[in-house]
Amino acid sequence: MKEESGEDTAEGDMPGEGGAYVPSLRRIERERHRRARARRSAAVAALSTLVTAVVLYLVVVDAPGWPRTKETFFDASFAREAFPKVLEGLWLNLRLFVVCGVVVLVLGTLIAVARTLRGPMYWPVRALATAYTDFFRGLPLIICLSIVVFGVPALQLQGVTNDPVLLGGTGLVLTYSAYVAEVVRAGIESVHPSQRAAARSLGLTTRQTLRHVVLPQAVRRQVPPLLNDMVSLQKDTSLVSIGGAVEAMRSADIIVGRSLNYTAYIVAALLFVALTIPMTRFTDWVTARTDRRRSQGGTA
Amino acid sequence: MSKTPVPGGPMLRMESVRKTFGDSVVLRDVDLEVAPHTVTALIGASGSGKSTLLRCANLLEEIDDGAIWLDGEEITDPRADQDAVRRRIGVVFQAYNLFPHMTVLENITLAPRRVHGVSRAEAEEHARELLERLGLGAKADEYPDRLSGGQQQRAAIVRALAVRPKLLLLDEITAALDPELVGEVLNVVRDVKEDGMTMVLATHEMGFAREVADQVCFLDGGVILERGTAEQVFGDPQQERTRRFLKRIVAAGRL
Repeated sequence: MKEESGEDTAEGDMPGEGGAYVPSLRRIERERHRRARARRSAAVAALSTLVTAVVLYLVVVDAPGWPRTKETFFDASFAREAFPKVLEGLWLNLRLFVVCGVVVLVLGTLIAVARTLRGPMYWPVRALATAYTDFFRGLPLIICLSIVVFGVPALQLQGVTNDPVLLGGTGLVLTYSAYVAEVVRAGIESVHPSQRAAARSLGLTTRQTLRHVVLPQAVRRQVPPLLNDMVSLQKDTSLVSIGGAVEAMRSADIIVGRSLNYTAYIVAALLFVALTIPMTRFTDWVTARTDRRRSQGGTA
Repeated sequence: MSKTPVPGGPMLRMESVRKTFGDSVVLRDVDLEVAPHTVTALIGASGSGKSTLLRCANLLEEIDDGAIWLDGEEITDPRADQDAVRRRIGVVFQAYNLFPHMTVLENITLAPRRVHGVSRAEAEEHARELLERLGLGAKADEYPDRLSGGQQQRAAIVRALAVRPKLLLLDEITAALDPELVGEVLNVVRDVKEDGMTMVLATHEMGFAREVADQVCFLDGGVILERGTAEQVFGDPQQERTRRFLKRIVAAGRL
């Protein structure tokens, strides 16, 4: 809030308070009330959290099968044995996720843009992109992976890899590109037509409009659903194990098969969860920061 | 905190209201009384605090100090129910703020149906009646994006009136409109005044403020520097800054 005309802002002959501001008793009373209310809410939250925790604990521990479950799923010695092996496997999941994630985002965006191209010349491009998303979104990932991982080597093509990791990654990319393409397309179409009109009126071409005006706005709205797909991709890298690639899930499998104790699965589960949480927090932080930079104050 | 209105008391009363954003003091020591069935116009340069004053009255901004009473009830008390207060105050914004995913009729009947528990048939009947009166009868089933700015703003006024508020706040409602559309919106405000609605409006339309307002307040640097009837403030301003402000307005051909 700035005064329009600088000459008018002198404080001298201001009526009302001339000197320093002193909070009134009313304000002090009001703030005391707000602080009391905040303390009360904090106390209520703490109490309800405690009650919930106790109830959950009792329900689990009182379950008839708890001692046996504890033995077969939560055995510390098996956990210690499984941890390094599962972690080693997880490194493969992580690499697979990063490479596939980047390829999926690029490919998905290209397919989405292809679907939004206007004009009769682009009809085949649009049709292909539509057919692609329809097919791979409908195809269950596990079937897609089986076909790629077992089907491609069966063709015995010259120069085509038989590596289950590369083939599995390809299967993931095929499916996830279709998902991501739909998210990106929805984002593009959610940008108000007046934005396009404004950009085109400035003389920007269709492509420039898309690149500088539409996509940047679309991407922001897409962040939460895209993150959802990325977390999902991160987990689904474990499905690559069907071709024999030794990643976290497969490592756990091997240990479980040998020891007949399921603790290794719990270790793998916790590691997968631990992997996704930092990513979620990071995205929240990025979104909140952008929001802050765009809008100034204002409640309700 | 008594809910019973004081007979003959002001509809809106502000006492020593102070509002800051960080280091800048936007309102300082603002006192204001608005009698029932009267119109108060807030004038002053951009950034003088007009909009903030309205936002404080509607509790969209929390004031730092002072107090505000609506119909005899202190609404700035932290124990006051903010939603209940807002139910009694209608607001019309500069940028209309109609909901683009609803038709005009749905925009208008939303609050009566969801907040005030009016039946759908009754809410729609009342809405159509108001739309008819404001010359928008044919637009009830259109979406806001298909209306002109003036029509959208009139629809927004109907939306604010549909809940039968005690007080109507109008925040520069013609600032985003073409000059030829300003008239139709101001006509509506005249009609609403005729019906006896209590209004506070922030405006740059000095001619209109002069004509319609019972009380005019000139804000400068977050202070009500001068107040009086339209005749007093426009005809015989006492403060040097009011005179300078009005001179600039006249020079710009706005009065």
